[in-house]
Amino acid sequence: MNILSLFPAIPLLMMLGLWISKNLKQIRTVMVAGSSILLALAVYLVFAYLGMRADGQTAEMLFTDSMMWYEPLNIHYSVGVDGISVAMILLSTIIVFTGTFASWRMESQVKEFFMWFCLLSVGVFGFFISLDLFTMFMFYEVALIPMYLLIGVWGSGKKEYSAMKLTLMLMGGSALILISILGIYFGSGASTMNINEIAQLHNIPLSLQRIWFPIVFIGFGVLGALFPFHTWSPDGHASAPTAVSMLHAGVLMKLGGYGCFRVAMYLLPEASQQLSWIFIILTTISVVYGAFSACVQTDLKYINAYSSVSHCGLVLFAILMMNTTAATGAVLQMLSHGLMTALFFALIGMIYGRTHTRDIRELSGLMKIMPFLSVGYVIAGLANLGLPGFSGFVAEMTIFNGAFMNHDTFHRVVTIIACTLIVITAVYILRLVGKILYGTCSNPEHLKLKDATWDERIAVTVLVIAIAGLGLYPIWMNDMISSSVTSIISHILN
Amino acid sequence: MNIDLSQIFTYMYAEIALIAVIILAFLYDLIAGKRGRRFFHPLMCVLMAVFVAATIVPYNSGEGEIFGGMFVYTPIFNIVKGILAAGTLIVFLQADSWLRREDTEFKRGEFYVLTLSTLLGMYFMISAGHFLMFFIGMELASVPMACLVAFDKYKNNSAEAGAKYILSALFASGLMLFGISFFYGTCGTLYFDDMVSKIDGSALQIMAMVFFFSGLGFKISLVPFHLWTADTYQGAPTSVTSYLSVISKGAASFALMVVLMKVFAPMVKDWQLMLWIVIVLSITVANLFAIRQKNLKRFLAFSSISQAGYIMLAVISGSAIGMTSLIFYVLVYLAANLAAFGVIGTVEQNSGGKVGMDDYNGLYKTNPKLAVIMMLALFSLAGIPPFAGFFSKFFIFAAAFEQGFHVLVFIALINTVISLYYYLLVVKAMFINKNDSPIAAFKSDCSTRIGLAICLCGVLALGIVSSVYDCINMFSFGM
Repeated sequence: MNILSLFPAIPLLMMLGLWISKNLKQIRTVMVAGSSILLALAVYLVFAYLGMRADGQTAEMLFTDSMMWYEPLNIHYSVGVDGISVAMILLSTIIVFTGTFASWRMESQVKEFFMWFCLLSVGVFGFFISLDLFTMFMFYEVALIPMYLLIGVWGSGKKEYSAMKLTLMLMGGSALILISILGIYFGSGASTMNINEIAQLHNIPLSLQRIWFPIVFIGFGVLGALFPFHTWSPDGHASAPTAVSMLHAGVLMKLGGYGCFRVAMYLLPEASQQLSWIFIILTTISVVYGAFSACVQTDLKYINAYSSVSHCGLVLFAILMMNTTAATGAVLQMLSHGLMTALFFALIGMIYGRTHTRDIRELSGLMKIMPFLSVGYVIAGLANLGLPGFSGFVAEMTIFNGAFMNHDTFHRVVTIIACTLIVITAVYILRLVGKILYGTCSNPEHLKLKDATWDERIAVTVLVIAIAGLGLYPIWMNDMISSSVTSIISHILN
Repeated sequence: MNIDLSQIFTYMYAEIALIAVIILAFLYDLIAGKRGRRFFHPLMCVLMAVFVAATIVPYNSGEGEIFGGMFVYTPIFNIVKGILAAGTLIVFLQADSWLRREDTEFKRGEFYVLTLSTLLGMYFMISAGHFLMFFIGMELASVPMACLVAFDKYKNNSAEAGAKYILSALFASGLMLFGISFFYGTCGTLYFDDMVSKIDGSALQIMAMVFFFSGLGFKISLVPFHLWTADTYQGAPTSVTSYLSVISKGAASFALMVVLMKVFAPMVKDWQLMLWIVIVLSITVANLFAIRQKNLKRFLAFSSISQAGYIMLAVISGSAIGMTSLIFYVLVYLAANLAAFGVIGTVEQNSGGKVGMDDYNGLYKTNPKLAVIMMLALFSLAGIPPFAGFFSKFFIFAAAFEQGFHVLVFIALINTVISLYYYLLVVKAMFINKNDSPIAAFKSDCSTRIGLAICLCGVLALGIVSSVYDCINMFSFGM
């Protein structure tokens, strides 16, 4: 069996294991064992991938495998990875691993919760390894539907409304994706569903490309929080339980950016050059609007959700700049945002679990009460506003650097506008950190609270290490990504 | 005309076997005493299982016709017939606890005989090579159906449903006969094979086709011929409703596609335009109405109208791949819808007739297995992967898209999102909503559970395992 197929297969086995497990201990054992294996496998995959590249393997995709599935429509189960997908898989395994620990003390219907959680990760992994449009889309939808129950059953606040809104908006997006997949397939002569082969054929007429590009970009853009289709995101994230927010903001939203890059732009290159300006404007709005919205929120999760809108908007912004530097930055931003937003949501969940409020007006002076969590929060915040030494700086620096390389006025103006993100982010993050962590604690109830437990420490530590690792030594990740990005970008431009 | 007996057996074995089953059921009903009747249900299920196993694989790979072209044999027809028979078997399995009730116990023989008679009618309708045969088959499929709908005749609902069904069925038959008579007038023949060359798309023929289609539209319950559906589905006993919504609809859709492709091929532009409008109406109207339903049987009635609209997407393509997609869609729809109706039926039997959506609040807490089966069935109907419905929907979309119906596919896709909304309402009721007095935990009877298990296997495996699709595809390219 191909090593890549293990990634969706292990969560499936975990579901099976959860199904037969009888008590909480067994459930936790299955989850920890499964997610550790996944993490180890991902680390191995990174080294194996780098090793194969070092050996001079120049094929676009490595570890490829293909099996005929539905012959009349040329549907294959075909898998393969390049540097971008390897990075995304690594990110996903880290989030799944830490998500398990972040929801260690779940109380109601634990077994069902983790089963849905595993199904979600089946979809995520399957999406990143797929090379076949149909298979990719199938996994994409597999990742969407568990969200409904995860938020609806285990969420908080107006969870039913948020769950329905999120599911329907994302499914609406996927309806757009489905029709453009058919459009791409039949437009390219109905001979293959394989992404790379369609790109090689490069025979979709421009008139068709101009129809399908906006549709498929919006389709994936809904998940990537493209303005004005981002409205599911704040409600959804605010209502979701901790681990689900982590996985959703950390990984699932990246499916949108990845899909835009890999399907919309890679397969429809001419149209994406012609029409990118529309989406550049929209993503610039995403970036700035998301950041401003975060400034005025009072709920910790809403702040972070809007911050995610602006940072994920930046991912889409960067890939639309269509040069290697910016696109590499986009992938780095996906990684960096995935890690730090997961850390944010994990910490918010932990703080909320203690104080039972997420309203920043009711929180203050937490640094003295729970120093570990607070330091984690400060680190996440600093990474978010792009302090050198953390992953956010590397990513944003690369993106803006790349974006400014485009010589025309339009690109430069939008880049300058998007750059304000850095300042606005600093405003809301510093204000937030100052408000809830420093100062004196006004609520006597809060003084009795305890700091992080061991399972929470594991989750936070792993994420902090990953963020710092990416920030301090980005070069190996950068190399891995940029070689793959280069080939896609050069395909789009030629 | 010289009728060769061996040819009849070669090409009509499925029908002959079905007639044998009907006669056996009839005789057993007459002969068996009070004790013997206890074995009626297992006997029928075994008999049907044997029948399905014996006839689902076509024995002759070639095509053939008997009775001077009245009856046509094609391997793909037999596959469809086998699928319908398998669906009937599942309906039988799920009907047990209802038939065991005191007020239906004494007439359970009638249930089997009537159901199988309608199935026989569908067989003849599918295999017809002549419009008269087609019409007789359709009548044989609808008249006993009216008896079935009114099976709980002492209940006002059921009797009303029966009356509504028979009246609209007769009206539909009248329309269809009217259309057929025009065809006879313009073509001078009613044999499918002879008609093709005579069809030229004159105004009279277009009108005749519209009449003919309207008649079948009633059977398939497409908008605007759907008005009887919700009331009939609600009033009829649940087992009959599930039979009506799946088997009857599947057979009529397939027969429609065969006739459109075989006979009306020269008028392809006309019927595609007609279907285009009907599909958009069916899917959209049914979806919007389904949102407001509070009774699960009515809810599934509207859901099945919209599903019929999706089935028509395969018909409109008029291609071999469309034929495959149609059969596969019907098969998947059969598994999912029978699972949903199976759950509704067993809950209704065990909770004293609860079918309201609010009654299902908190079902997962008390009957987790049934709730999960219901959820998976609804996900499959909504087209969520990895369940079979996703694959079947994708294939019909692909089939229609290939023929250039881009806008139509787009409208259908937008509608899948709307349909997801109302399917999720049921999931929400079962899994999220709180209820002070949920339906108490109960154990459904063995045969229902077997029926549900078969459906569940279908929902889970039909998509991921591609061999069933390949098998259908292999035979449908003969068309």
